[in-house]
Amino acid sequence: MIELADIHKRFGRVEALAGVSMRIRAGSVHGIVGENGAGKSTLMKILTGFISRSSGTIRYNGRPVQLRTPRDAARLGIGMLYQEPLDFPHLTVLDNFMIAAPEHDPGRLRQQLVRLADRFGFDLAPDSAVERLTVGERQQLELLRLIHRRCKVLILDEPTTGISQRQQEILFAALRALRDEGRAILLVSHKLAEVRSLCDRVTVLRGGRAVADQERPLDEDLLLRAMFGSLPRRQRAVRARDRGRPILAMDHVVSAEGRSGLHDVTLSIAEKEVVGLAGLDGSGQAVFLRIAGGLLRPDSGSVRFPGCETTAGAGGGDRQTVFLPADRLREGLIAGLSIREHLLLAGDAPFFLAPSTGRARAEKTIADYNIIGRPSTPADGLSGGNQQRLLLSLVPEPARLILLENPTRGLDVRSGAWMWRFLHQRMRDDGAIVFASPDLEEIMTQATRIMVFFNGRIILDAPTDQTEIRTVSRAITGRVPEDAGLPAA
Amino acid sequence: MNPSSRENDLPSRAAWPWLLFIPALATGLVCLLLLALGMSPLAIGRALGSGSLGSWLKFSHVLSVWSPLLLCSCGLLFTFRAGLWNIGIEGQVIVGAIGCTAMLRLWDGLLPPSVLLPLALAAGGLAGGLWGILAGELRNRGGVNEIFGGLGLNFVAQGLIIWLIFGPWKRAGIASMSGTDLLSPRFWLTTPPGWRVAPVALAVAVLALAVTILLLDRTRFGLHLRAVGANPGAARLFGIRPDRVSMRAMLLAGMLAGLAGSLQVTAVYHRLIPAISSGYGYLGLLVVMLANYRSPAVPLIALFFACLVTGSIQLPITLQIDSSLAGVIQGAFVLSALLVHGLRRGKD
Repeated sequence: MIELADIHKRFGRVEALAGVSMRIRAGSVHGIVGENGAGKSTLMKILTGFISRSSGTIRYNGRPVQLRTPRDAARLGIGMLYQEPLDFPHLTVLDNFMIAAPEHDPGRLRQQLVRLADRFGFDLAPDSAVERLTVGERQQLELLRLIHRRCKVLILDEPTTGISQRQQEILFAALRALRDEGRAILLVSHKLAEVRSLCDRVTVLRGGRAVADQERPLDEDLLLRAMFGSLPRRQRAVRARDRGRPILAMDHVVSAEGRSGLHDVTLSIAEKEVVGLAGLDGSGQAVFLRIAGGLLRPDSGSVRFPGCETTAGAGGGDRQTVFLPADRLREGLIAGLSIREHLLLAGDAPFFLAPSTGRARAEKTIADYNIIGRPSTPADGLSGGNQQRLLLSLVPEPARLILLENPTRGLDVRSGAWMWRFLHQRMRDDGAIVFASPDLEEIMTQATRIMVFFNGRIILDAPTDQTEIRTVSRAITGRVPEDAGLPAA
Repeated sequence: MNPSSRENDLPSRAAWPWLLFIPALATGLVCLLLLALGMSPLAIGRALGSGSLGSWLKFSHVLSVWSPLLLCSCGLLFTFRAGLWNIGIEGQVIVGAIGCTAMLRLWDGLLPPSVLLPLALAAGGLAGGLWGILAGELRNRGGVNEIFGGLGLNFVAQGLIIWLIFGPWKRAGIASMSGTDLLSPRFWLTTPPGWRVAPVALAVAVLALAVTILLLDRTRFGLHLRAVGANPGAARLFGIRPDRVSMRAMLLAGMLAGLAGSLQVTAVYHRLIPAISSGYGYLGLLVVMLANYRSPAVPLIALFFACLVTGSIQLPITLQIDSSLAGVIQGAFVLSALLVHGLRRGKD
């Protein structure tokens, strides 16, 4: 039905897709799996017309097509169910259903909506407000809208994240029914269990290439190996050290923030530990870090910092815990403020400031931290690596617990290496580092302990030097290892 | 749209030629409009010029407009810097005028005028500050956007002053739209013969401008304001409490606006009238927008606007044109400024 041939997509120097070819058949469920950054989202965006490919051809029923805009895709009957439902929360279910309809006929559309919902066993009241629905129900509504629009190709992006088991069963039953009607369904997922139960065919993307293609029955080990490759076992940069006293303790922490939320996390992180958080994006790591950093309050459960003078309140008033966000310019630094002004904000600036106040200190910091810039350079005028070094230089001296989100994102190899050398040197004997990274190799070489997040839960928690990369990659796809050192919860 | 995030848009030197487009565009637009209406732009320009700069008497009248307008604009610099749209400034002027009048009425006779007058000016500032805090609290605690909260409070303030003028503080005998009874001349800020502006009012405005520039550009507080305005989330990581910082900005803006209200009572009208604010709060918003939310150009633009306001007073008599032309010109300038800045950003 859809044929992709040698699709390339370049973003500047980065090649997100490096020649992907695949065939999607009518009447089948086609799985697309791969780790973060494998090119899944880019491929989906090309198919739905949000971005255009750099080269390659797309054939639809044998005819070459362009897909320049989302309209083109919609006209061909390609529809996508996004992770975050694209609906209008303030309107009713019926209003949302009618929005895409070509004619305005509430009476008839109401009937059609009820009929469609009945057919798939969805329980959607036409007059309830969409903001009251669960994610799963909003997804059902979105699906009905796509079906009503006569979509022949349905793309689903991680559809089971954040929905209940029951809703998942209903969804899968609906998808099977749609497949049997002859539609093509493209399922993007990292959960091997659902891929196995639903997909007739699976393509594995890795580094922008289709590295494996399997038909039912699926060989899970083969898929795993294709997804994660075999990582070279490198010399460990860090050995597990003796754990000291606990520095961060979470007790049954629950949060509904983020895509997957955080479910009942109980753990303790000790002095001298470097903890790497693995898992697909949005599996709960970001929420975990923000709760630990005091930027989010958990819905229930407690967060304690044994041995710290104060507990982290909202606003990060506690300077013993610092959080360095992934989106450095948006969340960590202040565009428009110079290096000197950032240092003044972080330090104890006097009330009256002359243009020279803090300049000497800024110059020293610039030299100490290898920042390429001048005291007057605004943060938004710095490159990614220099922004990261500026953030690091702002970490206050007494900070014991350093939380980092994707610390090497956007950094070249040298900047990344410099940062890790710095972090290990800077770490106090009574301190700890917790970082999230999409890069397993980074976690395995820099961390002493790894925690794998899946759907808002920590499903693997083990010392890195006693953990096989295979175990980790299985955990990322939702397979709980039998012998994993899970915390006694 | 966050005004303070535009801060680093303009100061670069390469931006200067762009700024010249603003008056060119605005003047062009107004001239076209006047020609289309069959009026002579030249004659009107001359009338506006001589009406505002023609003599010391006229120019001192300009300065009497400039002082409260400058106070409002300074207050707005604080709130814009913190990323807030303090539309409520108009109400803060009104409440300031009420506070000042209340003080004069309540303690008349209890204190000598030389003590009571400064106290009354301060009371106006305080009242305006509280009105600003109210809008700030509505925002921080009630989740009411400061634009809507401020707008609502403007109507409340307007209602309050009309109620006072027609109720408790009405003229002896008959309530009138023209305001309360005149204050005892003991409470008038001295205006020298041949002047239209009270030197004290002028001094207060100039002092406020100096303090504003000092606070914004040379203190930790100013830095915190910029940080909160540009990125409240990141500011929190630095241990700054954005809600507190924005509350201080609202307080300062309200105080300066309230002070402007005090001056309107003690230096200009010498009584409370329904239109005591003369719209200087809203006009201040235009001044600061035209100044691209930065302090250097504010006194000059405020002066230009004051000239337009004063110069247009004579227009109905000399040229049979309504004095609202001043508003048209001001609007043309602000729209041109927004357009030029917007185009420049788009081009970048």
